Amino acid sequence: MADLPEKKKGLGSVVINAERCKGCGFCVEFCPPRCLELSDQYNAKGYHPPVLSLPEKCTGCNMCGLVCPDFAIYGFLFKKKQK
Amino acid sequence: MKADPKGVMTGAYFIDGDHACAEGAIAAGCRFVAGYPITPSTEVVERIAERFPLIGGMFIQMEDEIASSIAIQGGVWAGKKAMTVTSGPGFSLMMEHLGLAAMTETPCVFVDVQRAGPSTGLPTLPAQGDMMQARWGSHGDYAIIALCPNSPQESFDLTIKAFNLAEQYRVPVLLMLDECVGHMTERVVIPPADQIEITPRRYWEGSKEDFLLFKADADLVPPIVKAGDGFNIHVTGLTHDERGYPVMTPAAQEKLVRRLVDKIRKNADAIVEYREDQVDGAEIVVVSYGITSRVAIPAIEQARKEGMKVGHLRLITAWPFPTKRIRELSTKVRGFVVPEINYGQMVREVERCVAGRARVQLVPHGGGSVHNPKDIYAAIAGVGKG
Amino acid sequence: MTEETMDTDISMPTNTVEDFLRMERMPHIWCPGCGIGTTVNCFAHALEASALDLKKVAVVSGIGCTGRVAGYMKLDSFHTTHGRAIPFATGLKLANPELKVVVYSGDGDLTAIGGNHFIHAARRNVDMTVILINNFIYGMTGGQVAPTTPIGATASTTPHGNFEEPFNLPYLAESCGAVYVARWTSFHVRHATKAIREALLKKGFSFVEIMAPCPTLYSRRNRLGDGLDQMKFYRDNSEIRNGADTKTVPLTFQGKITVGKFVDKDKPTYLEAMNAFYAQKFGDKFTPYKG
Repeated sequence: MADLPEKKKGLGSVVINAERCKGCGFCVEFCPPRCLELSDQYNAKGYHPPVLSLPEKCTGCNMCGLVCPDFAIYGFLFKKKQK
Repeated sequence: MKADPKGVMTGAYFIDGDHACAEGAIAAGCRFVAGYPITPSTEVVERIAERFPLIGGMFIQMEDEIASSIAIQGGVWAGKKAMTVTSGPGFSLMMEHLGLAAMTETPCVFVDVQRAGPSTGLPTLPAQGDMMQARWGSHGDYAIIALCPNSPQESFDLTIKAFNLAEQYRVPVLLMLDECVGHMTERVVIPPADQIEITPRRYWEGSKEDFLLFKADADLVPPIVKAGDGFNIHVTGLTHDERGYPVMTPAAQEKLVRRLVDKIRKNADAIVEYREDQVDGAEIVVVSYGITSRVAIPAIEQARKEGMKVGHLRLITAWPFPTKRIRELSTKVRGFVVPEINYGQMVREVERCVAGRARVQLVPHGGGSVHNPKDIYAAIAGVGKG
Repeated sequence: MTEETMDTDISMPTNTVEDFLRMERMPHIWCPGCGIGTTVNCFAHALEASALDLKKVAVVSGIGCTGRVAGYMKLDSFHTTHGRAIPFATGLKLANPELKVVVYSGDGDLTAIGGNHFIHAARRNVDMTVILINNFIYGMTGGQVAPTTPIGATASTTPHGNFEEPFNLPYLAESCGAVYVARWTSFHVRHATKAIREALLKKGFSFVEIMAPCPTLYSRRNRLGDGLDQMKFYRDNSEIRNGADTKTVPLTFQGKITVGKFVDKDKPTYLEAMNAFYAQKFGDKFTPYKG
């Protein structure tokens, strides 16, 4: 089940599918503003999925989504980029 | 449907079996050939290379037989009728991909112009040593169809039949020539296109949502589609379900592979073909195929002159084998004579069907030449004496 | 993934990568920290950015962990035999030139058993995109040495260490005639995405090597940590040298990694050469082959 983004903080947010996560840690490490961390919670398979611990810092850049090997997280912008 | 007149070389010609095979493929609508040179089959692709550019065909000489035997499958899934051509050593290399074609139910034609083996053997001389390999050469359980022409005319006719059977049963079909039939030059009559019956590909005509690439019709054959039409098909050599998705279970294996085998086995009555001459009422039946079927004729005629009741059963389909007919005959005849240019291959099928009810006499012959009819006659006479 | 009711004012965006995946087959079989899934993100985004007609895109793979990519892509996909994705792809493309054919396979599959087919397709400049995921090992079968395994690394069939010189894949591809050659790592997700998009839109044999961690076998056997450690290594030891001479970009065991776009040139494809040749030879009698 996906964690829903909270009320608008920062430029964007992430959608996390905790059950799909394998706790590899890529998203945490490569998030440029470093606003993710692995939670203390376990998913059904025993991994620690990430949580958006600093939502106000999230830029919606989707680096997490790009590096995630399990399609378990992705980022998005609250506002579409103006052309 | 009828053959596409573009490319059908209607007329009477004096050409060899290899060339006739190429013309048969063209008449059947084959427009993709990938091959690799190997004696005595090379002339097939040489003629294809000559003819294809001006009739919209695609021929490519691949870097080896392994590439050829899978390139044709890419050609099939892109929508073309496709064929590859080889001889013994190349046939061995192609075995993995023959299995892939059987497993993925890819309709295509593999031509083997047999030469003496094993290994490099006698490249320019005939043999019939690949017959069992044709049936069992790839690993695992599967079934194929194999045809045996005995003349250039039949090379033309049976190549068309091979393509038709491939489309009918969504299966790879083998054409088992030998060097004699491939390199002998005889009259070949190519009819007008509207007299040539072609089986079209069994394309699915329903909705995209309802389509399952490996869900069979009542005859155990699934309709097919091609890449590029938005079906998002998945084709894998792994054991798969009706969607084509890999499923790693014994249940999936049983469901799929049993159907692949039954697809030919249960349709055998419609597929099996042979020619009989005075078999009804015969005491001795000569079972032969390919060039040996012609070498047997003087032997049979000599025996008949001496009063023996000799019938001749010539295999058109070596696989599936005419089990029913041989079994039936085994209760009526004294014995069978099986001449072949090997040390005993199709004779094993005869023995299997006869199950001891009659005598089965193999007339083996080493690769490199055809039998002396005297040897076949001696075997007939021997069976006749009991 | 189920959608719950929300009381925010933003609508739930979707992960567009899922549009390219057979989600009914998730989760996939790759290990935690394996880089293959990361490269699939790049591929999906590149497909999106390329604006290609997805009905005409066909993915062909061989056998191995990377070979499983075909099974997860929601496109016409073909999981063929070990090493033979490229000749199958050649058949697809030459039989229907309208197809956009992508070969997606691993280093062992494409350059060991598949080596012969690799060099000939490059030589012929058959129009296809080859995405090679290089994890320096045969993963699926338990970690055997590959033609890309660096000297000194351990694998299950070189338990005392590998002493064979590995391929320099960009050099191999260029020397055989590839018109587009790039190497990135699975850390360089944006560069890799852009490279795949360029390769997709490029006419001819276009080759993209993407290094990826194999935490379970290559990294573990060689005590390189896990997938994240390898990704950090890629980040900290890669040098981008676009246009570098491919002779100068070999890889060594845990050594410097040169990434970038090395070759981007133009040459007639196999079909262009064929059509031009026959048009010249036969004139009006020849109708250009379009499939």
